[in-house]
Amino acid sequence: MGIAERLIEDVGLRRGVSKLTPEKIERIVNAVISGETGARLKAYSETCMRCGLCAEACHFSQSHPDDPSFTPAGKVHQTMGVLLKTGGRVDADFIYGMAQLAYTECNLCRRCVHFCPIGVDTGYIMSTVRRICHKLGVTPQYIQDTAHSHSAVYNQMWVKDVEWTDSLQWQEDEAREEFPGLRIPLEKEGADIYYSVIAPEPKFRTQLIYQAAAIMHAAGVDWTMPAHPGWDNSDMCMFTGDFEMMGRLKRRHFESAQRLKVKRIVMGECGHAFRSVYDVGNRWLGWRWHPVPVMHAVEFYWELIQQGRITLAKKFPGPVTVQDPCNIVRGRGLEDKLREVTRFLVDGDIIEMHPNKEHNFCCAAGGGVINCGPPFKNQRVAGNEVKARQLAATAERGVKTVITPCHNCHGGLHDIIHHHKLGMDLKFLSDIIYECMVKPAA
Amino acid sequence: MHPPALWDWESGQRVILASMERPEGVAWVEEFHASPDGERVAALASLEEGGFTALVNGEQWENPFDKAWYPRFSPDGRFTAVVQQDGMWTLAVDGEPWEESFDYLWGTQFSAGGEVIAACVQSGGEYGLCIDGAPWETLYENANQCVLSADGKSAAAVVQLESLKPADLEAFQKGVFGVAVNGQSWDARFMNCWTPAFDAQGQHVAAQVRLSLYDYSIAVDGKLWGENYACVWEPRFNPATGKVAAPVRVKGLWGMAQDGQIIWEPRFMQCWHQQFSPDGKSMAAIVAPEFGAFTVAVNGKPWGARFPVVTDLVVGRDGASDGACVAALGCVDNADWQVMVDGGIWPGTWDMAWTPVVSPAGGHVAVKVAKGDRQTRVVDGRVFQREFDKVFEPAFSPDGRKLLIRGIDKGTALRIVADVGQA
Repeated sequence: MGIAERLIEDVGLRRGVSKLTPEKIERIVNAVISGETGARLKAYSETCMRCGLCAEACHFSQSHPDDPSFTPAGKVHQTMGVLLKTGGRVDADFIYGMAQLAYTECNLCRRCVHFCPIGVDTGYIMSTVRRICHKLGVTPQYIQDTAHSHSAVYNQMWVKDVEWTDSLQWQEDEAREEFPGLRIPLEKEGADIYYSVIAPEPKFRTQLIYQAAAIMHAAGVDWTMPAHPGWDNSDMCMFTGDFEMMGRLKRRHFESAQRLKVKRIVMGECGHAFRSVYDVGNRWLGWRWHPVPVMHAVEFYWELIQQGRITLAKKFPGPVTVQDPCNIVRGRGLEDKLREVTRFLVDGDIIEMHPNKEHNFCCAAGGGVINCGPPFKNQRVAGNEVKARQLAATAERGVKTVITPCHNCHGGLHDIIHHHKLGMDLKFLSDIIYECMVKPAA
Repeated sequence: MHPPALWDWESGQRVILASMERPEGVAWVEEFHASPDGERVAALASLEEGGFTALVNGEQWENPFDKAWYPRFSPDGRFTAVVQQDGMWTLAVDGEPWEESFDYLWGTQFSAGGEVIAACVQSGGEYGLCIDGAPWETLYENANQCVLSADGKSAAAVVQLESLKPADLEAFQKGVFGVAVNGQSWDARFMNCWTPAFDAQGQHVAAQVRLSLYDYSIAVDGKLWGENYACVWEPRFNPATGKVAAPVRVKGLWGMAQDGQIIWEPRFMQCWHQQFSPDGKSMAAIVAPEFGAFTVAVNGKPWGARFPVVTDLVVGRDGASDGACVAALGCVDNADWQVMVDGGIWPGTWDMAWTPVVSPAGGHVAVKVAKGDRQTRVVDGRVFQREFDKVFEPAFSPDGRKLLIRGIDKGTALRIVADVGQA
């Protein structure tokens, strides 16, 4: 068993490997390993004891319990392990499988770090494999198209400059029907909050912008959004391995906020973008931390509630369960604030999925996996049977709503719920806050 | 009124607008802006009966519009806003809309003196620029990163030269982007183009380009440098020599190249925002000599100061030595802002600071700063004693002896001219 037995046809991967030669593969593999890695990769590769404890960690291996090729150690063994052992002397067919595995069978969720007795970060190794794949030009079609979009228009969905502000003005118009006097203040220099989103929001989830504006309005927040590129905090280039473009995107995002002299950035309910902004992209640019304070929406809503700036007209009917997005929970420790916000909003219990919080299972969409598109959807859903079982267990206890403060988690859980006919609804926190809050009168 | 030599530089204070209260019939008033000469304050306002107008020194524009946004004063003191009427967008200048209207218009830009006004437009799904109401003859599938030359006679943008089918990797990587100058695109196509920039005379344009997913370079008037790099940042023309400098990334470190030749060895964790002095003899840039530690380098030599974040670099004339005056801001976590000038650090920290302003003849630097809810300015390291609810960017008189302070405090818009030595 191994990746070679489950290859999936993809236009981008096939196109990429068709241009490879053994010499090019060897040259690029060694250029990345010698030029961009060091003690960390060497320590990981030389200290992994093949103990198998990581098998328990990974939702893919938990969902394929009889196939060790889905374990984190197994994935490394089939990819970076071979590259190191052979010195990069592998063929194009190997690269195809390596790319498919790295891009679609590892969510870079870092759950396995918690289970490894020596702390091997398989997510880092898989990111390095993806970096090699990017350098080889072997990336899945759909996520590469997203990376192209980022480079051309500074957002992931080919949203043109005009479409961004036009969408905001449209949502502002709509919201003024309900909240006379509401503003989505564009380019407001010196605002307390710079609110940034990901491109699916202006593209097809405009209700999230409406809801954010309603919440800001009701809470009396001094906020702004930029009229120029930089507004999209997402970053699929981080996941394709195009780190140069990742840096360009993060620079644009932070400099957009710096230009407006805001006090801090609040990001919408997205996990991967948060990872890019607070951890990866910022550091590629040379900043040790983010140059402007960054808050995820969970933290922001928690703060508004603590300050008494959101009051409820009603509570949302529970019980509910909570999906812990990897990048804001394992990455930032927002699990308790997520639950405190949920308790404030919900009338009823939080029926926990187990394991949860920092030991949560990933949605299997994150890490750019869902962005690899339809060819890999079935494999992705099959790779998260364990999440389906978790959700089903809460459904059996009466849960109909899954609170999911992350775009990718929404996509991943939606596919799982639909596939397993679990009959559960997914809600962003902003969906519930907007539905239940006291709405200011005219 | 323009140029600044014609402004009222008599020391003293004048009230420009005694009351900034919401007038009758106005639902809300948006953020105030001040004209460069300080003689006018203006804001967009929503009318109770529907529509938007502007309040300029308290007086409404003669005709309201369905919508109005992106308010800006031109350098010569005209108040502009992007406006919509009957579903079409245009630019209103002192209340008068351009004759031409578009499906969308945004991103107002001005020539250095303000005589020329440009904006990005979309018409029938095609994109380009519009100069003083006249759109480019050729519009494109997309046009962004628009820029106007200092004299306003030329404009450039990154343009998309052919349509892309959904997820067509091959077509994208062959290159469908270029730079159009005054509506005419370069012959060359690239995978990506970014940040076109004019030279001082508005005759030449340089831009960042990506030749493949991995090869970056600089193109000047469509011609490549000939050297490729792992990454580049925005190019700038030397105002004296016309040479082009851009930060370049080599083997994981950043340096500076000029016309394709390395002039600052790649040894920085970061290097960006380079600027030439007015005489072209000096160049400064924000650099990170170590990871997480930023400063300013002048002609490749870093200052001793280190901050986690450095921003707002400006290079002006140095009155004493006829050389360069270099100023920038440093901060920690977007707070505790400090002002750096020529390698020294002014006393005092601020909750926020704005881009330093160097006097035209050199010798003085002024910075708008904020602490808590109050704003003021610091001049040559001394804090101006009066605080305001809001101040606008400072301006020096042409001889550098007077400082114009435009402020709003307790509902009153003020115009103050102070002697620099007392400011």
